[in-house]
Amino acid sequence: MRLNLRIWRQAGIAHKGEMVEYRVDDVSPDMSFLEMLDVLNERLTLAGEDPIAFDHDCREGICGMCSLTIDGEPHGPQRSTTTCQLHMRHYRDGDTITVEPWRAKAFPVVKDLVVDRSAFDDIIASGGYISAPTGSAPDAHATPVAKADADAAFENAACIGCGACVAACPNGSAMLFTAAKVVHLNALPQGQPERRDRVLNMVDTMDDAGFGGCTLTGECATACPKGIPLESISTLNREYLKASLKRA
Amino acid sequence: MALDTRTKRPAKTSRAVPAALWRSTIGKKVIMSITGLIMIGYLVAHMAGNIKVFSGEEKFNSYAHWLRTFGEPVLPYEGFLWLMRVLLLVAVVAHIVSAVQLTRRAVKDRPRSRTGKPRGGGYVTFTMRSGGVILFLFIIWHILDLTTLTVNERAEVGNPYGNLVATFDTWYGNVIYIAALLALGYHLKHGIWAAAQTLGVGTTTRNRVFRPAAVLVALVITVGFVAVPIGVMTGVVS
Repeated sequence: MRLNLRIWRQAGIAHKGEMVEYRVDDVSPDMSFLEMLDVLNERLTLAGEDPIAFDHDCREGICGMCSLTIDGEPHGPQRSTTTCQLHMRHYRDGDTITVEPWRAKAFPVVKDLVVDRSAFDDIIASGGYISAPTGSAPDAHATPVAKADADAAFENAACIGCGACVAACPNGSAMLFTAAKVVHLNALPQGQPERRDRVLNMVDTMDDAGFGGCTLTGECATACPKGIPLESISTLNREYLKASLKRA
Repeated sequence: MALDTRTKRPAKTSRAVPAALWRSTIGKKVIMSITGLIMIGYLVAHMAGNIKVFSGEEKFNSYAHWLRTFGEPVLPYEGFLWLMRVLLLVAVVAHIVSAVQLTRRAVKDRPRSRTGKPRGGGYVTFTMRSGGVILFLFIIWHILDLTTLTVNERAEVGNPYGNLVATFDTWYGNVIYIAALLALGYHLKHGIWAAAQTLGVGTTTRNRVFRPAAVLVALVITVGFVAVPIGVMTGVVS
């Protein structure tokens, strides 16, 4: 396959970026999107040019590092798929593909396609933890968890914190990410001691980090590679309201 | 690669409930939801009153008079109307101020497209925000037209039936009214569903009801209001 790529190049956070066109020959349909970029980077390196910087780690869709906006869609056109699991067989010979970093003011571009997602780390640090007693591990059946709660927690725990929800949102809102973390921990008995502080602090941190407000367009849940449901946002709102009223 | 490009923030102190709600994006949406529901309640009552126009001039005018004498002698003349007006004014102002603040924030934080390709989700935000502006302008015209009678050329104090017919006898009266009511329909279609999510009552099961219910309520309110100008245009009301 031969592909035409239009890729965002930006030397650093204070630099002005631009779209640069590249042509890649010999693309195998079995390659993942990132492997295709590897091929291009090898050629750039051999030619003495600066390779394209992009985030990646596990390359099996579970770490949340890869973060490319492909043809305007976070993680590309495949539903429930991270960029690293998007394969070139979904493209045709001669296609032109536009690749840009996450679009969001709260995620400034560090270099090329790499953005700074430390705003997510701040949200996690402000409430994404539980108090656990030290000592020997407790018996597995010491704390019973209702099946429905376990399912809700697991569904939301699938969030890998990639930031596709923010990149997809017309307001640049981080509600789906924060909702996934709050619902995950607040559904479980282990999360109860910090239940109220968690939601209040995480929403405060989210607002302070410069994310926009939620208008429930549902773009986030569509873009999410892990299928976090839009209803989690409703649950986050419920938890936030309950906690706010009890703070009095 | 050191990716931390932002300075660490100090731990925050806790605030009082109303201040904290007003400060947070979720809190502002809660205010918008509650004020929105108040206004929907008013719209349903207003629409039910408007439908009386099909019962004839006498009944419609006596209904309008009853609204003014409602609650007498506990309330003064027009006391009930003024209570409603104050409530609605507070609701409208709170709704608009929250919306403007959230929109400014969203525009500031909006993801930039580097390719000129449009963002997704623009349909909902566009109909909600432009619909809000259209409705705001419409309400001003509507009050000047049928409450203060400032812009109604053939207005007659104490004859709401005749004033209504006078408005819908003009082409611009019909165009403004129907356009605004269509904007209202789209505004409610998303707004009612979003209010349920914002107030935290949306679950996977309930949303199967909320989505169509929001469409139904929006449709009933729009059709109920638009029936009046159509009635005048077709000569059913004259």
